[in-house]
Amino acid sequence: MISNEKTTIGAVLSAPVRWLAEAIDIPMRWWQGIAGRPGMISFFLIPNLLIFGMFVLVPLFINIVYSVTGGTELFLSDRSYVGGAHFNRLLECENHFNPNSCREDLFWIALWNTIKFVFTQVSVMIVFAVITALILNGKIRARAFWRAVFFFPVLLSPVVVGLIWQWMLQRQGVFNFILFQFDAQAINWLTERTWAFGAAVGVSIWAHVGFYVLILLAGLQAIPRDLYEAAEMDGTPPARAFWRITLPLLWPNLLVVIVLALIRAVQVFDEVYVLTGGGPGTSNLYLTQYIYEVGFASILRNPGLASAASLIMASILVVLTLAQLGLTRWKDKK
Amino acid sequence: MKEKFYKGLIATALSTTLLSSAAFAEEVRVMWYSDGVEGEVMSDLLDRFMEKNPDIDVILDNVAYQVVSEQLPIALEAGNGPDIARVTNLKAQSEHWLDLTPYVADPAYWQENFGDKADWMRPDGSDAITGFMTQLTLTGGFANATLFEQAGVALPGADASWDDWVAASAEVAKSQGLVAAFALDRSGHRLSGPNVSFGANYIAADGTPAPIDDGVKAFVTKMVEWTNGGQNYRDVWVSAAGSSYRAAAEDFINAQIPYYYSGSWQIANLATKIGDDFDWVATGSPCGSDACSGMAGGAGLVAVKYTKQPEAVGRVMDYLASEEVVREFTERTLFLPAHKNVVASGGLNFDTDSDQVKAALSAFVEASGNVAPNAAALPAWKWASAYYGALVTRTGQAMAGELSLDEAFDRMNADIAEQVAQENQ
Repeated sequence: MISNEKTTIGAVLSAPVRWLAEAIDIPMRWWQGIAGRPGMISFFLIPNLLIFGMFVLVPLFINIVYSVTGGTELFLSDRSYVGGAHFNRLLECENHFNPNSCREDLFWIALWNTIKFVFTQVSVMIVFAVITALILNGKIRARAFWRAVFFFPVLLSPVVVGLIWQWMLQRQGVFNFILFQFDAQAINWLTERTWAFGAAVGVSIWAHVGFYVLILLAGLQAIPRDLYEAAEMDGTPPARAFWRITLPLLWPNLLVVIVLALIRAVQVFDEVYVLTGGGPGTSNLYLTQYIYEVGFASILRNPGLASAASLIMASILVVLTLAQLGLTRWKDKK
Repeated sequence: MKEKFYKGLIATALSTTLLSSAAFAEEVRVMWYSDGVEGEVMSDLLDRFMEKNPDIDVILDNVAYQVVSEQLPIALEAGNGPDIARVTNLKAQSEHWLDLTPYVADPAYWQENFGDKADWMRPDGSDAITGFMTQLTLTGGFANATLFEQAGVALPGADASWDDWVAASAEVAKSQGLVAAFALDRSGHRLSGPNVSFGANYIAADGTPAPIDDGVKAFVTKMVEWTNGGQNYRDVWVSAAGSSYRAAAEDFINAQIPYYYSGSWQIANLATKIGDDFDWVATGSPCGSDACSGMAGGAGLVAVKYTKQPEAVGRVMDYLASEEVVREFTERTLFLPAHKNVVASGGLNFDTDSDQVKAALSAFVEASGNVAPNAAALPAWKWASAYYGALVTRTGQAMAGELSLDEAFDRMNADIAEQVAQENQ
């Protein structure tokens, strides 16, 4: 009786959906008769392709046009063709390792800063993420709470992250207050080059590590427990089990984490911009900030130069993505 | 029954008329930023305008200064933007302003009262009426008199030099355990008054940017030395890259620095936030080798040429530029007026009981007589922004130790040349 009632209610509630489906079915069958089954695949892809084209391909095309045209105007019809002038300006250097010898020195400072940041931030964050994931995967008290604690910063807006840490690290912030309590010398966290770089790396890790821990945690939980039990019965030490069982089986997740972290680190901007403004001097000026400053924020903007720089940055990201694909295929073959 | 029907009909007709007039009221958007209390004052003034003009709905968008300096230019380049905007970078964007001449009731009134600053906000050679200055500003210094008194250091006199002020402030900072002796806003405009005081001239004979000269070099060299020596507050200039603007007002308000070089627009801000916490005085601009000049400037309210309702914009602008409204705005915001007749007729009753605010306003009015010709020419000069941007970016790098002074000066020249080349593309 109850079952029948449920069925009746379900049928009534789903009736509009069924009518809609039947209404759509008629033109769809007619269209399938004309386009055939392969044509229907293209038909269903069209909405996505339109959105992708509008928000990815068209801006990419406009970006390319900007990079070969000059002036401050935004309308393409008002811009004059300058060929590769912007790329020449960006790449003209006596010595690429010495930004001061380059015509567009700030671009090269930003590029080298970005490389330094990517190398430091990604390597430290991966090690930290693996250790954290291993701990959170173990039998610890309040495990769910600790997992939430590490994931929480990921939910925060980057601007909020930047501001919170700026308040804590500024001259009269809580960090210096703590040092003051111990009669220690205050540190200029955000105005001394080394400390400011460390702060940028640390804050960036704090903000993002939770996301990567989550991916690694999923990988760790997918490793069959019996492998560890067998190793334990064989008397394998924990460190050897980590190198021989955990790391190889975690590798696919680790690879995803490395590539995602690399791409994200190359695009570093928001929280570091809010935290340091790119300073002290230009020691935390990264590529995305350079593009933003040149294209939007400087007193006299240069959209063409910013577009050229963004294409160079995009080519770096393409190389990283291809490297990821190559690594994945190489690992699969192995 | 019949009577009831007619009453209902009349009520319906009336409400329809009222609703339709509200629905068809022309919407005028004003983009506005505030340094102090002027946003509240403007909101109040516009409410009164709308009461008398129900066919115009004025929406005041209060935004951060960064929105005006970074986002508005992009919107303007794309042919969008508000109908009216409060802007400081008036000359460089003058191609986007609407010529109000056909839309204001009495163009002669505008020419007479705002004509002397009209070139600041219109393209070279144009006679357009594009807006008016909501206030005139002058850069200058503020000293924390209480800290000087506590340190037993006398405030330097009217003709004191930059060296005198920095030396006295350093003594105060040392005595009171402060983080630095002084701060100057991270801004090319702020740096330019002292530069001119040391003899700088940015404008070449043909109107194009002149190479960085000995005047600029003299003051920038001092600033870098003062930064390295710990007298200049590092956090303002060194802790940012590029041409980003940073003010040090909060540090002065929090009594972290005894001397602060900013400008007259800070008076209301300081008065409100400092209150009775300590005594402060406006000092005018310290002297260099050639002058004791500050930089004139200010914010202008301009009509944007992409507006769809220029007639309504003209009426709003007429109201805001009227002598009565300018006088009230000036008195309540503690700004220096730009309206010729308001200045000439005098008798401004500034809305404050504070003696130090009144003294500060008098000090800035007095200092306005010291503006050197080279500084007075800059607000109406097309390339001022290019110069300011290069000054800030490269001086900041020199202070951070990334560039030597000679490299910084070479880079300033190169940056300005690139900007000129880009503009000519």
